[in-house]
Amino acid sequence: MSRNRIVIEPGTADSNYWKDLWNYRGLFYFLAWRDILVRYKQTVIGVLWSVLRPLLTVMVMAFIGWLFNSATPDNVPRLLLVSAATLPWQFFSNSFSDASNSLLANSNLLTKVYFPRLIVPASTVIVCLIDFAISFVILIGIMVYYQYMPDLKILMLPLFLLLALITSIGTGLYIAALNVKYRDFRIIVPFIVQFGLYVSPIAFSSSQIYNSDRIPQFAKYLYSMNPMVSVIDGFRWSILRGTTPIYMPGFLLSAGISLLFLIIGVRYFRKMEKTFADVI
Amino acid sequence: MSNTIIKVENLSKSYILKHQNTENYTALRDVITNKAKSIFNSSAKTPSATSEEFWALRDLSFDVEQGDRVGIIGRNGAGKSTLLKILSRIVAPTKGRITIDGRVASLLEVGTGFHPELSGRENIYLNGSILGMNKAEITRKFDEIVTFAEVERFLDTPVKRYSSGMYVRLAFAVAAHLEPEILIVDEVLAVGDAEFQKKCLGKMQDISGEGRTVLFVSHNMAAISSLCNKAIVLEKGTLFENGPTDKIINSYLHRGERNTGETRDDSPAAPNAKLKIRSVKVLNENRNSVSELNNANKGFIEIGFEVLQEGRGYDVSFVLNHAQYGPIFTSCLKDVDTEKNDGRIWKKGNYTFVIELPMDMLREGDYMMTVGSAIPKMEVLDHFKYETQFFIFDSVSPVAKTTEGRGGAVLPILGWEEHNFTNS
Repeated sequence: MSRNRIVIEPGTADSNYWKDLWNYRGLFYFLAWRDILVRYKQTVIGVLWSVLRPLLTVMVMAFIGWLFNSATPDNVPRLLLVSAATLPWQFFSNSFSDASNSLLANSNLLTKVYFPRLIVPASTVIVCLIDFAISFVILIGIMVYYQYMPDLKILMLPLFLLLALITSIGTGLYIAALNVKYRDFRIIVPFIVQFGLYVSPIAFSSSQIYNSDRIPQFAKYLYSMNPMVSVIDGFRWSILRGTTPIYMPGFLLSAGISLLFLIIGVRYFRKMEKTFADVI
Repeated sequence: MSNTIIKVENLSKSYILKHQNTENYTALRDVITNKAKSIFNSSAKTPSATSEEFWALRDLSFDVEQGDRVGIIGRNGAGKSTLLKILSRIVAPTKGRITIDGRVASLLEVGTGFHPELSGRENIYLNGSILGMNKAEITRKFDEIVTFAEVERFLDTPVKRYSSGMYVRLAFAVAAHLEPEILIVDEVLAVGDAEFQKKCLGKMQDISGEGRTVLFVSHNMAAISSLCNKAIVLEKGTLFENGPTDKIINSYLHRGERNTGETRDDSPAAPNAKLKIRSVKVLNENRNSVSELNNANKGFIEIGFEVLQEGRGYDVSFVLNHAQYGPIFTSCLKDVDTEKNDGRIWKKGNYTFVIELPMDMLREGDYMMTVGSAIPKMEVLDHFKYETQFFIFDSVSPVAKTTEGRGGAVLPILGWEEHNFTNS
């Protein structure tokens, strides 16, 4: 008879979930489109906010780095060093906090229509990715100002962008699902973001941590467990002609944690998904 | 006959009701405190002390065949919405299994996902994709949707500036142009003006005429009987009846006689109470206690009270509320026979009064009644602690025979006399 047979049963066993997700890709696009359209309605400077916010952060972080006299590699202007880290960090922090809130913000949809719920936080991350792309103007502007030409390593940038995306989606899904059930995360998330700004290599660089004698070994491991360390180190390495070397063990540990978060995030999200409409 | 398109087997859905928590989500701190408590005191099971299982649906089984238009009937809380939510895959069942062969589109609310800041045009695309259409499909139907909604001139205006009528028209228009094999509709006709409701019903008839399957929940029996060929009655989460619409609606309306709309309070009165309301009943034309009345027949309210201290000036009154329109009227014992009742000395004992309801002007719907007693302008004697609920079914008013909606809390039938003053 019909090709679309749907079986509704308790539990999470849903064999054609990923196929369903593919069928709903249009909604994915439209939700992202809606958020972009709505974000800058009735604002005076509109899309300029996407540039202004990270620009201010770059300046503040560069100032802090200068104040504490943290080292910059040869021939790399401090503003460039800082912005190569601030932009991916901003992408992560925006998508992490927006995704965590996305299910609650769309609760009217969740309780009235069926679609794979994964679409909601995922499309939020895509919106942040577009903001990130716009904010790249800053980086290009600084490069032009200092007449700084990247070398071929810049071709590796998409790979690190993918890593940033994996980190954002993984943690975003996990926190979004938790937030539906435990509203405590509404309070925890801004704290994590604030905390992360200081433990990620933004005002300083990773080599300062790894080469320091004052920092014990276990603290260095702990530092590498921050998934954003690998993302930021990768960005700096590929943008700044490799002048900031990647410390491989730390990088691998950090990237591994990103992947782990993606797996945990997707699995936990899938497990909780069926109860969202009941508990939201 | 293996044309079954929806097969529901032993479907059950339970919710855990928490009695102490006012908010329905958990806070992590509660989980942690409860865990901590149970470490120190293994016998304390905090969750079970405060929660209770509630079965919104229990062991529901039925089949729907291709092309059937099924009306789902039942009182508030019978499980209709839960059933639709499970069928639309919004919530998962606790037990049982549903097999659906075909694409399902559900319309549980008009304008789900409409964004007030976006224009009509943008919202058509957004809402369409939320309801499961792809972009090409929406583009193809775009003009048809706009024409149906009659919003051509306002396509590029943000919908927050739309009138509520325009908003509803646009929202329904998008949903009406879905092309699913199965359409699930919940009570959407309750909104919008009369003309538009008629248009919606017509559109739904067209849809079902194309051989598609429709599941339709409504309190409007007229709409159900004109649209559906089959009906299902749900009661307290179980299947009560299932069959052809005419038969089901008929027996649904007479079902009230089996159910008593009776509330009693036998608890002891306060030590210095002067009067206590004891019972409230809804009676049909045969003076049987029922929970549903038909406005083709007479209907009565019976109030029983006990006078505990002899006295004068006692008055008893009730307020009739319509679920949708609020208070309809208040009626007092002292309204009639003022002379007799004003000076009347109420001796200790039980009294019963029967009041006939003005059935010919009450419109269809769920009603709720509160009863109280007072010495007017002096003191409040008693408030009956229960609300008495009943349903009035409209089978006689001019509105019942059409699908036309009409505003207003009451539906009196007034004499319209023609006067030709110009000719005299």
